[in-house]
Amino acid sequence: MLDDFFIRAMLAGLGIAAVAGPLGSFVVWRRMAYFGDATAHAAILGVAISLGFQISIYAGTLLVALAMAMAISALVSRGQAMDTMLGVLSHSALAVGLVAISFVPQARSDLSAYLFGDILAVGRADLALIWAGAAGVLALLAWRWQRLLTASLNEELAMAAGIDPRTERLVLSIALAIVVALSIRVVGSLLISAMLIVPAATARGLSRSPERMVGNAMLIAAAAVMAGLWASLRLDTPAGPSIVAAAAGIFMISQAFRRA
Amino acid sequence: MPRLRRNRGMTALIQAQGLTIQRPGGHETVLHGVDFRIASGEIVTVVGPNGSGKSSLVRALLGHMPLAAGRVARKPGLRIGYVPQRVLVDTTIPMTVRRFLSLPRRVGDRDAAQALARTGVEGVEARQLTQLSGGQFQRVLLARALLHDPELLVLDEPTQGLDQPGIVAFYKLIEEVRRQTGAAVLMVSHDLLVVMRASDRVICLNGHVCCEGTPQHVSSAPEYRALFGAEAEGTLALYRHHHDHDHDLHHHHHAGAH
Repeated sequence: MLDDFFIRAMLAGLGIAAVAGPLGSFVVWRRMAYFGDATAHAAILGVAISLGFQISIYAGTLLVALAMAMAISALVSRGQAMDTMLGVLSHSALAVGLVAISFVPQARSDLSAYLFGDILAVGRADLALIWAGAAGVLALLAWRWQRLLTASLNEELAMAAGIDPRTERLVLSIALAIVVALSIRVVGSLLISAMLIVPAATARGLSRSPERMVGNAMLIAAAAVMAGLWASLRLDTPAGPSIVAAAAGIFMISQAFRRA
Repeated sequence: MPRLRRNRGMTALIQAQGLTIQRPGGHETVLHGVDFRIASGEIVTVVGPNGSGKSSLVRALLGHMPLAAGRVARKPGLRIGYVPQRVLVDTTIPMTVRRFLSLPRRVGDRDAAQALARTGVEGVEARQLTQLSGGQFQRVLLARALLHDPELLVLDEPTQGLDQPGIVAFYKLIEEVRRQTGAAVLMVSHDLLVVMRASDRVICLNGHVCCEGTPQHVSSAPEYRALFGAEAEGTLALYRHHHDHDHDLHHHHHAGAH
Protein backbone atom coordinates (compact mmCIF):
# COMPACT_ATOMS: atom_id res chain seq x y z
CA MET A 1 0.00 0.00 0.00
CA LEU A 2 2.84 2.39 0.89
CA ASP A 3 4.18 1.83 -2.61
CA ASP A 4 1.60 4.22 -3.94
CA PHE A 5 2.94 7.78 -3.93
CA PHE A 6 -0.55 9.12 -3.38
CA ILE A 7 -1.13 7.04 -0.24
CA ARG A 8 2.22 8.15 1.11
CA ALA A 9 1.37 11.78 0.41
CA MET A 10 -1.94 11.39 2.18
CA LEU A 11 -0.40 9.78 5.24
CA ALA A 12 2.32 12.43 5.40
CA GLY A 13 -0.30 15.17 5.18
CA LEU A 14 -2.41 13.56 7.88
CA GLY A 15 0.65 13.32 10.14
CA ILE A 16 1.21 17.04 9.76
CA ALA A 17 -2.51 17.71 10.28
CA ALA A 18 -2.36 15.81 13.57
CA VAL A 19 0.29 18.16 15.03
CA ALA A 20 -0.94 21.27 13.25
CA GLY A 21 -4.20 21.06 15.24
CA PRO A 22 -2.80 21.45 18.76
CA LEU A 23 0.30 23.47 17.91
CA GLY A 24 -1.69 25.76 15.61
CA SER A 25 -4.15 26.34 18.44
CA PHE A 26 -1.31 27.56 20.65
CA VAL A 27 -0.06 29.77 17.83
CA VAL A 28 -3.53 31.35 17.64
CA TRP A 29 -3.98 31.60 21.43
CA ARG A 30 -0.60 33.15 22.05
CA ARG A 31 -0.71 35.36 18.94
CA MET A 32 2.45 33.72 17.66
CA ALA A 33 1.55 33.90 13.97
CA TYR A 34 4.56 36.03 13.09
CA PHE A 35 6.71 33.88 15.33
CA GLY A 36 5.63 30.86 13.31
CA ASP A 37 6.36 32.71 10.07
CA ALA A 38 9.86 33.69 11.14
CA THR A 39 10.70 30.19 12.30
CA ALA A 40 9.33 28.64 9.11
CA HIS A 41 11.07 31.10 6.83
CA ALA A 42 14.35 30.34 8.58
CA ALA A 43 13.88 26.78 7.37
CA ILE A 44 14.95 27.84 3.86
CA LEU A 45 18.32 28.79 5.30
CA GLY A 46 18.32 25.35 6.91
CA VAL A 47 17.75 23.75 3.52
CA ALA A 48 20.69 25.68 2.03
CA ILE A 49 22.95 24.60 4.89
CA SER A 50 21.76 20.97 4.64
CA LEU A 51 22.50 20.81 0.92
CA GLY A 52 25.78 22.68 1.24
CA PHE A 53 27.11 20.42 3.99
CA GLN A 54 25.31 17.35 2.70
CA ILE A 55 23.41 16.58 5.87
CA SER A 56 19.76 15.55 6.20
CA ILE A 57 17.29 18.26 5.22
CA TYR A 58 15.34 17.53 8.39
CA ALA A 59 18.39 17.95 10.63
CA GLY A 60 19.44 21.18 8.92
CA THR A 61 16.01 22.81 9.03
CA LEU A 62 15.44 21.65 12.60
CA LEU A 63 18.70 23.24 13.74
CA VAL A 64 18.12 26.55 12.00
CA ALA A 65 14.46 26.69 13.06
CA LEU A 66 15.47 26.00 16.66
CA ALA A 67 18.15 28.69 16.53
CA MET A 68 15.62 31.14 15.11
CA ALA A 69 13.03 30.27 17.74
CA MET A 70 15.58 30.74 20.54
CA ALA A 71 16.80 34.03 19.08
CA ILE A 72 13.23 35.37 18.94
CA SER A 73 12.48 34.21 22.48
CA ALA A 74 15.61 35.96 23.74
CA LEU A 75 14.72 39.20 21.95
CA VAL A 76 11.15 39.10 23.15
CA SER A 77 12.13 38.56 26.77
CA ARG A 78 14.45 41.56 26.47
CA GLY A 79 11.34 43.58 25.71
CA GLN A 80 11.86 44.50 22.07
CA ALA A 81 8.83 45.68 20.13
CA MET A 82 7.58 42.27 19.17
CA ASP A 83 5.78 42.62 15.85
CA THR A 84 8.38 44.87 14.25
CA MET A 85 11.22 42.63 15.40
CA LEU A 86 9.47 39.53 14.12
CA GLY A 87 8.74 41.22 10.82
CA VAL A 88 12.42 42.06 10.43
CA LEU A 89 13.57 38.57 11.39
CA SER A 90 10.95 36.73 9.35
CA HIS A 91 11.67 38.38 6.04
CA SER A 92 15.41 38.63 6.61
CA ALA A 93 15.54 34.89 7.28
CA LEU A 94 13.69 34.21 4.05
CA ALA A 95 15.87 36.55 1.99
CA VAL A 96 19.14 35.27 3.47
CA GLY A 97 17.95 31.70 2.95
CA LEU A 98 17.14 32.37 -0.70
CA VAL A 99 20.54 33.99 -1.24
CA ALA A 100 22.31 31.12 0.51
CA ILE A 101 20.45 28.51 -1.49
CA SER A 102 21.52 30.15 -4.76
CA PHE A 103 25.08 29.04 -3.97
CA VAL A 104 23.98 25.41 -3.97
CA PRO A 105 23.63 24.45 -7.64
CA GLN A 106 21.44 21.36 -7.22
CA ALA A 107 18.93 23.25 -5.06
CA ARG A 108 18.35 26.00 -7.60
CA SER A 109 16.35 23.75 -9.86
CA ASP A 110 13.88 22.62 -7.23
CA LEU A 111 13.71 25.71 -5.04
CA SER A 112 9.94 25.73 -5.30
CA ALA A 113 9.86 22.26 -3.72
CA TYR A 114 11.28 23.79 -0.54
CA LEU A 115 9.17 26.92 -0.69
CA PHE A 116 5.85 25.20 -1.39
CA GLY A 117 6.53 21.57 -0.51
CA ASP A 118 6.63 18.46 -2.64
CA ILE A 119 4.28 16.15 -0.82
CA LEU A 120 3.90 13.79 -3.79
CA ALA A 121 7.63 12.99 -3.59
CA VAL A 122 7.48 11.87 0.06
CA GLY A 123 9.23 8.53 0.52
CA ARG A 124 8.89 5.82 3.15
CA ALA A 125 11.74 7.24 5.22
CA ASP A 126 10.14 10.71 5.16
CA LEU A 127 6.86 9.20 6.19
CA ALA A 128 8.42 7.34 9.13
CA LEU A 129 10.18 10.51 10.28
CA ILE A 130 7.05 12.65 9.95
CA TRP A 131 4.96 10.25 12.01
CA ALA A 132 7.67 9.70 14.63
CA GLY A 133 8.17 13.46 14.95
CA ALA A 134 4.45 14.13 15.07
CA ALA A 135 3.98 11.50 17.78
CA GLY A 136 6.86 13.03 19.75
CA VAL A 137 5.42 16.55 19.58
CA LEU A 138 1.93 15.31 20.47
CA ALA A 139 3.34 13.44 23.47
CA LEU A 140 5.23 16.56 24.58
CA LEU A 141 2.11 18.74 24.32
CA ALA A 142 -0.07 16.16 26.08
CA TRP A 143 2.43 15.80 28.91
CA ARG A 144 2.55 19.53 29.60
CA TRP A 145 -1.02 20.30 28.51
CA GLN A 146 -2.36 21.79 31.76
CA ARG A 147 0.75 23.89 32.29
CA LEU A 148 0.90 25.09 28.68
CA LEU A 149 -2.75 26.02 28.77
CA THR A 150 -2.49 27.93 32.06
CA ALA A 151 0.60 29.83 30.90
CA SER A 152 -1.13 30.73 27.63
CA LEU A 153 -4.23 31.96 29.44
CA ASN A 154 -2.41 34.20 31.91
CA GLU A 155 1.22 34.18 32.95
CA GLU A 156 0.59 35.59 36.42
CA LEU A 157 -1.91 32.86 37.23
CA ALA A 158 0.61 30.32 35.96
CA MET A 159 3.40 31.71 38.13
CA ALA A 160 1.17 31.65 41.19
CA ALA A 161 0.69 27.93 40.55
CA GLY A 162 4.43 27.35 40.39
CA ILE A 163 4.58 27.23 36.60
CA ASP A 164 7.46 29.08 34.94
CA PRO A 165 6.00 30.70 31.78
CA ARG A 166 9.47 30.81 30.23
CA THR A 167 9.74 27.03 30.36
CA GLU A 168 6.38 26.63 28.67
CA ARG A 169 7.34 29.16 26.01
CA LEU A 170 10.52 27.16 25.40
CA VAL A 171 8.52 23.94 25.06
CA LEU A 172 6.31 25.54 22.43
CA SER A 173 9.32 26.98 20.58
CA ILE A 174 10.91 23.55 20.40
CA ALA A 175 7.66 21.95 19.28
CA LEU A 176 7.28 24.62 16.60
CA ALA A 177 10.82 24.07 15.30
CA ILE A 178 10.21 20.32 15.07
CA VAL A 179 6.94 20.82 13.20
CA VAL A 180 8.60 23.27 10.81
CA ALA A 181 11.30 20.71 10.03
CA LEU A 182 8.71 17.96 9.53
CA SER A 183 6.52 20.07 7.28
CA ILE A 184 9.13 21.37 4.86
CA ARG A 185 8.57 18.48 2.43
CA VAL A 186 4.80 18.55 2.83
CA VAL A 187 3.73 22.19 2.52
CA GLY A 188 7.06 24.00 2.24
CA SER A 189 8.59 26.88 4.12
CA LEU A 190 6.18 29.57 2.95
CA LEU A 191 2.98 27.72 3.82
CA ILE A 192 3.83 26.03 7.12
CA SER A 193 2.40 28.78 9.27
CA ALA A 194 -0.75 28.84 7.14
CA MET A 195 -1.15 25.14 7.89
CA LEU A 196 -0.86 25.95 11.60
CA ILE A 197 -3.08 29.01 11.72
CA VAL A 198 -5.92 28.46 9.23
CA PRO A 199 -7.37 25.22 10.68
CA ALA A 200 -7.00 26.51 14.26
CA ALA A 201 -8.63 29.84 13.38
CA THR A 202 -11.49 27.94 11.75
CA ALA A 203 -11.89 25.72 14.81
CA ARG A 204 -11.92 28.72 17.15
CA GLY A 205 -15.41 29.78 16.12
CA LEU A 206 -16.77 26.27 16.43
CA SER A 207 -15.43 25.30 19.84
CA ARG A 208 -16.36 25.94 23.45
CA SER A 209 -13.30 24.49 25.15
CA PRO A 210 -9.58 24.40 24.32
CA GLU A 211 -9.64 20.63 23.92
CA ARG A 212 -12.54 20.76 21.45
CA MET A 213 -10.76 23.48 19.51
CA VAL A 214 -7.69 21.27 19.19
CA GLY A 215 -9.81 18.31 18.08
CA ASN A 216 -11.71 20.39 15.55
CA ALA A 217 -8.50 21.93 14.22
CA MET A 218 -7.07 18.44 13.68
CA LEU A 219 -10.19 17.35 11.80
CA ILE A 220 -10.25 20.51 9.69
CA ALA A 221 -6.54 20.18 8.85
CA ALA A 222 -7.07 16.53 7.91
CA ALA A 223 -10.03 17.45 5.69
CA ALA A 224 -7.94 20.16 4.04
CA VAL A 225 -5.15 17.64 3.35
CA MET A 226 -7.58 15.20 1.71
CA ALA A 227 -9.38 17.89 -0.30
CA GLY A 228 -6.11 19.54 -1.37
CA LEU A 229 -4.57 16.29 -2.50
CA TRP A 230 -7.69 15.31 -4.35
CA ALA A 231 -7.77 18.66 -6.15
CA SER A 232 -4.08 18.37 -6.90
CA LEU A 233 -4.64 14.98 -8.53
CA ARG A 234 -7.78 15.91 -10.48
CA LEU A 235 -6.82 19.42 -11.53
CA ASP A 236 -3.04 18.98 -11.64
CA THR A 237 -2.46 21.84 -9.19
CA PRO A 238 0.53 22.06 -6.82
CA ALA A 239 -0.25 19.94 -3.74
CA GLY A 240 0.99 22.16 -0.89
CA PRO A 241 -0.82 25.33 -2.00
CA SER A 242 -3.91 23.25 -2.82
CA ILE A 243 -4.02 21.94 0.76
CA VAL A 244 -3.74 25.45 2.20
CA ALA A 245 -6.32 26.73 -0.30
CA ALA A 246 -8.68 23.97 0.84
CA ALA A 247 -8.12 24.99 4.48
CA ALA A 248 -8.85 28.60 3.53
CA GLY A 249 -12.04 27.45 1.79
CA ILE A 250 -13.20 25.66 4.94
CA PHE A 251 -12.42 28.81 6.93
CA MET A 252 -14.58 30.93 4.59
CA ILE A 253 -17.47 28.49 4.82
CA SER A 254 -17.27 28.43 8.62
CA GLN A 255 -17.34 32.24 8.69
CA ALA A 256 -20.43 32.30 6.50
CA PHE A 257 -22.17 29.87 8.84
CA ARG A 258 -21.21 31.92 11.88
CA ARG A 259 -22.90 34.97 10.42
CA ALA A 260 -26.07 33.05 9.69
CA MET B 1 -8.53 46.38 67.52
CA PRO B 2 -9.15 43.13 69.45
CA ARG B 3 -8.65 41.19 66.23
CA LEU B 4 -5.25 42.77 65.78
CA ARG B 5 -4.17 41.93 69.29
CA ARG B 6 -5.20 38.33 68.82
CA ASN B 7 -3.00 38.06 65.73
CA ARG B 8 0.09 39.55 67.19
CA GLY B 9 1.33 36.31 68.70
CA MET B 10 0.50 34.12 65.71
CA THR B 11 3.05 32.74 63.31
CA ALA B 12 3.59 34.77 60.19
CA LEU B 13 2.47 33.33 56.86
CA ILE B 14 4.84 35.64 55.03
CA GLN B 15 7.52 37.77 56.58
CA ALA B 16 9.87 40.09 54.74
CA GLN B 17 12.73 42.27 55.84
CA GLY B 18 14.45 45.12 54.06
CA LEU B 19 12.84 44.33 50.68
CA THR B 20 14.41 46.32 47.89
CA ILE B 21 13.27 45.87 44.30
CA GLN B 22 14.69 47.41 41.16
CA ARG B 23 13.07 47.72 37.78
CA PRO B 24 14.42 45.10 35.37
CA GLY B 25 17.11 46.53 33.12
CA GLY B 26 17.35 50.02 34.55
CA HIS B 27 18.67 50.84 37.97
CA GLU B 28 15.55 52.58 39.12
CA THR B 29 14.52 51.48 42.58
CA VAL B 30 10.83 50.60 42.87
CA LEU B 31 10.77 49.66 46.53
CA HIS B 32 13.28 50.38 49.23
CA GLY B 33 13.74 48.74 52.62
CA VAL B 34 10.22 47.41 53.11
CA ASP B 35 9.44 45.25 56.13
CA PHE B 36 6.28 43.21 55.92
CA ARG B 37 4.42 40.59 57.86
CA ILE B 38 1.05 38.91 57.57
CA ALA B 39 -0.34 36.47 60.12
CA SER B 40 -3.09 33.91 59.64
CA GLY B 41 -6.61 35.31 59.56
CA GLU B 42 -5.47 38.89 59.07
CA ILE B 43 -6.77 41.24 56.37
CA VAL B 44 -3.92 43.51 55.31
CA THR B 45 -4.36 46.12 52.60
CA VAL B 46 -1.65 47.90 50.69
CA VAL B 47 -2.63 51.34 49.41
CA GLY B 48 -0.55 53.85 47.51
CA PRO B 49 -0.55 56.02 44.39
CA ASN B 50 0.11 54.59 40.93
CA GLY B 51 3.72 53.50 40.53
CA SER B 52 4.25 53.30 44.29
CA GLY B 53 5.37 49.67 44.02
CA LYS B 54 2.23 47.98 45.35
CA SER B 55 2.10 45.23 42.74
CA SER B 56 5.86 44.80 42.85
CA LEU B 57 5.63 44.23 46.60
CA VAL B 58 2.98 41.56 46.12
CA ARG B 59 4.97 39.84 43.37
CA ALA B 60 8.13 39.88 45.46
CA LEU B 61 6.27 38.42 48.44
CA LEU B 62 5.00 35.63 46.21
CA GLY B 63 8.49 35.01 44.86
CA HIS B 64 7.63 36.08 41.29
CA MET B 65 10.18 38.83 41.25
CA PRO B 66 13.90 38.94 42.01
CA LEU B 67 15.01 40.98 45.04
CA ALA B 68 17.81 43.51 44.88
CA ALA B 69 18.16 43.24 48.67
CA GLY B 70 16.35 41.88 51.69
CA ARG B 71 14.69 38.55 52.23
CA VAL B 72 11.26 36.97 52.15
CA ALA B 73 10.28 33.99 54.25
CA ARG B 74 7.08 32.14 53.41
CA LYS B 75 5.69 29.50 55.74
CA PRO B 76 6.76 26.16 54.26
CA GLY B 77 3.99 24.67 52.13
CA LEU B 78 1.91 27.84 52.36
CA ARG B 79 -1.23 27.46 50.24
CA ILE B 80 -1.89 30.70 48.40
CA GLY B 81 -4.95 31.64 46.37
CA TYR B 82 -4.02 34.44 44.00
CA VAL B 83 -6.04 36.91 41.98
CA PRO B 84 -3.54 38.92 39.94
CA GLN B 85 -3.98 42.45 38.70
CA ARG B 86 -5.74 42.98 35.40
CA VAL B 87 -6.33 39.39 34.48
CA LEU B 88 -6.64 39.77 30.77
CA VAL B 89 -7.71 36.30 29.93
CA ASP B 90 -6.86 35.74 26.33
CA THR B 91 -10.11 35.94 24.42
CA THR B 92 -8.83 33.71 21.66
CA ILE B 93 -8.90 30.69 23.99
CA PRO B 94 -12.39 29.21 24.16
CA MET B 95 -12.84 28.52 27.84
CA THR B 96 -15.80 27.72 30.02
CA VAL B 97 -15.83 28.72 33.67
CA ARG B 98 -15.78 25.05 34.61
CA ARG B 99 -12.68 24.35 32.53
CA PHE B 100 -10.99 27.47 33.91
CA LEU B 101 -11.42 26.27 37.48
CA SER B 102 -9.49 23.12 36.56
CA LEU B 103 -6.38 25.04 35.52
CA PRO B 104 -3.73 24.07 36.29
CA ARG B 105 -4.97 21.57 38.89
CA ARG B 106 -8.07 19.60 38.04
CA VAL B 107 -10.96 19.83 40.50
CA GLY B 108 -14.14 17.77 40.84
CA ASP B 109 -17.55 19.10 39.81
CA ARG B 110 -18.69 19.36 43.43
CA ASP B 111 -15.72 21.43 44.57
CA ALA B 112 -16.12 23.68 41.56
CA ALA B 113 -19.84 24.20 42.22
CA GLN B 114 -19.16 24.90 45.91
CA ALA B 115 -16.50 27.50 45.19
CA LEU B 116 -18.76 29.28 42.70
CA ALA B 117 -21.66 29.21 45.15
CA ARG B 118 -19.47 30.65 47.90
CA THR B 119 -18.58 33.66 45.78
CA GLY B 120 -22.14 34.19 44.62
CA VAL B 121 -21.90 33.03 41.01
CA GLU B 122 -23.74 29.74 41.25
CA GLY B 123 -24.37 27.79 38.09
CA VAL B 124 -22.14 29.71 35.67
CA GLU B 125 -20.04 26.61 34.91
CA ALA B 126 -21.04 26.32 31.26
CA ARG B 127 -20.58 30.02 30.46
CA GLN B 128 -17.63 31.20 28.42
CA LEU B 129 -15.22 33.45 30.35
CA THR B 130 -15.72 36.13 27.73
CA GLN B 131 -19.47 36.17 28.35
CA LEU B 132 -19.13 37.10 32.02
CA SER B 133 -19.62 40.64 33.28
CA GLY B 134 -16.72 42.32 35.07
CA GLY B 135 -18.19 41.57 38.49
CA GLN B 136 -18.95 37.96 37.63
CA PHE B 137 -15.47 37.46 36.30
CA GLN B 138 -13.86 38.81 39.48
CA ARG B 139 -16.06 36.44 41.49
CA VAL B 140 -15.04 33.51 39.31
CA LEU B 141 -11.39 34.46 39.84
CA LEU B 142 -11.98 34.57 43.58
CA ALA B 143 -13.73 31.19 43.42
CA ARG B 144 -10.74 29.76 41.61
CA ALA B 145 -8.41 31.22 44.24
CA LEU B 146 -10.53 29.56 46.95
CA LEU B 147 -10.11 26.06 45.55
CA HIS B 148 -7.46 23.92 47.26
CA ASP B 149 -8.20 25.48 50.65
CA PRO B 150 -5.84 28.50 50.71
CA GLU B 151 -4.34 29.83 53.96
CA LEU B 152 -3.67 33.15 52.29
CA LEU B 153 -5.62 35.00 49.61
CA VAL B 154 -3.65 37.52 47.63
CA LEU B 155 -5.78 39.97 45.67
CA ASP B 156 -4.13 42.59 43.50
CA GLU B 157 -6.67 45.33 42.77
CA PRO B 158 -9.53 42.84 42.71
CA THR B 159 -12.22 45.44 42.08
CA GLN B 160 -10.83 47.03 38.94
CA GLY B 161 -13.59 47.67 36.47
CA LEU B 162 -16.39 47.29 39.02
CA ASP B 163 -18.92 50.02 39.76
CA GLN B 164 -19.34 51.40 43.29
CA PRO B 165 -22.05 48.96 44.46
CA GLY B 166 -20.02 46.15 42.90
CA ILE B 167 -16.95 47.22 44.85
CA VAL B 168 -18.81 47.35 48.15
CA ALA B 169 -20.36 43.95 47.49
CA PHE B 170 -16.98 42.48 46.59
CA TYR B 171 -15.33 43.59 49.85
CA LYS B 172 -18.29 42.27 51.82
CA LEU B 173 -17.75 38.97 50.08
CA ILE B 174 -14.07 38.96 51.01
CA GLU B 175 -14.83 39.56 54.67
CA GLU B 176 -17.36 36.78 54.54
CA VAL B 177 -14.85 34.42 52.96
CA ARG B 178 -12.34 35.24 55.66
CA ARG B 179 -14.93 34.53 58.32
CA GLN B 180 -15.90 31.21 56.76
CA THR B 181 -12.45 29.91 55.86
CA GLY B 182 -10.15 31.70 58.28
CA ALA B 183 -7.85 32.54 55.39
CA ALA B 184 -5.64 35.60 55.70
CA VAL B 185 -6.13 38.21 53.00
CA LEU B 186 -3.52 40.46 51.44
CA MET B 187 -5.01 43.08 49.12
CA VAL B 188 -3.73 45.85 46.95
CA SER B 189 -6.37 48.47 46.42
CA HIS B 190 -7.34 51.83 45.04
CA ASP B 191 -10.68 51.93 46.79
CA LEU B 192 -9.54 53.85 49.87
CA LEU B 193 -12.91 54.38 51.41
CA VAL B 194 -14.25 50.88 51.22
CA VAL B 195 -11.02 49.06 51.78
CA MET B 196 -10.27 50.93 54.97
CA ARG B 197 -13.40 49.57 56.54
CA ALA B 198 -12.67 46.01 55.47
CA SER B 199 -9.06 45.82 56.69
CA ASP B 200 -7.40 44.96 59.98
CA ARG B 201 -4.20 46.69 58.99
CA VAL B 202 -3.32 49.13 56.24
CA ILE B 203 0.10 49.73 54.73
CA CYS B 204 0.54 52.99 52.91
CA LEU B 205 3.22 52.58 50.29
CA ASN B 206 5.14 55.04 48.15
CA GLY B 207 8.46 53.45 47.26
CA HIS B 208 8.80 52.74 50.96
CA VAL B 209 6.34 52.25 53.82
CA CYS B 210 4.98 55.74 54.54
CA CYS B 211 2.80 54.67 57.40
CA GLU B 212 1.23 51.52 58.67
CA GLY B 213 -1.30 50.43 61.24
CA THR B 214 -5.01 50.20 61.88
CA PRO B 215 -7.25 51.95 59.33
CA GLN B 216 -8.02 54.61 61.96
CA HIS B 217 -4.36 55.27 62.56
CA VAL B 218 -3.40 55.40 58.89
CA SER B 219 -6.30 57.59 57.84
CA SER B 220 -5.25 60.27 60.30
CA ALA B 221 -1.53 60.00 59.56
CA PRO B 222 -0.10 63.12 57.87
CA GLU B 223 1.90 60.97 55.40
CA TYR B 224 -1.28 59.31 54.21
CA ARG B 225 -3.12 62.60 53.89
CA ALA B 226 -0.22 64.10 51.96
CA LEU B 227 -0.34 61.21 49.48
CA PHE B 228 -4.05 61.05 48.90
CA GLY B 229 -5.17 64.62 49.53
CA ALA B 230 -8.88 65.16 49.15
CA GLU B 231 -9.69 61.49 49.00
CA ALA B 232 -7.98 61.01 52.34
CA GLU B 233 -10.28 63.61 53.88
CA GLY B 234 -13.12 61.31 52.93
CA THR B 235 -11.73 58.35 54.83
CA LEU B 236 -10.87 60.54 57.80
CA ALA B 237 -14.42 61.85 57.85
CA LEU B 238 -15.57 58.27 57.78
CA TYR B 239 -13.68 57.50 60.95
CA ARG B 240 -14.73 60.71 62.66
CA HIS B 241 -18.25 59.64 61.91
CA HIS B 242 -17.55 56.15 63.19
CA HIS B 243 -16.08 57.57 66.32
CA ASP B 244 -18.99 59.91 66.94
CA HIS B 245 -21.36 57.08 66.36
CA ASP B 246 -19.55 54.98 68.94
CA HIS B 247 -19.70 57.85 71.34
CA ASP B 248 -23.40 58.21 70.86
CA LEU B 249 -23.93 54.59 71.65
CA HIS B 250 -21.99 54.92 74.87
CA HIS B 251 -24.01 57.92 75.72
CA HIS B 252 -27.27 56.10 75.20
CA HIS B 253 -26.05 53.25 77.32
CA HIS B 254 -25.23 55.64 80.08
CA ALA B 255 -28.58 57.27 79.70
CA GLY B 256 -30.27 53.91 79.90
CA ALA B 257 -28.36 52.95 83.03
CA HIS B 258 -29.40 56.01 84.80
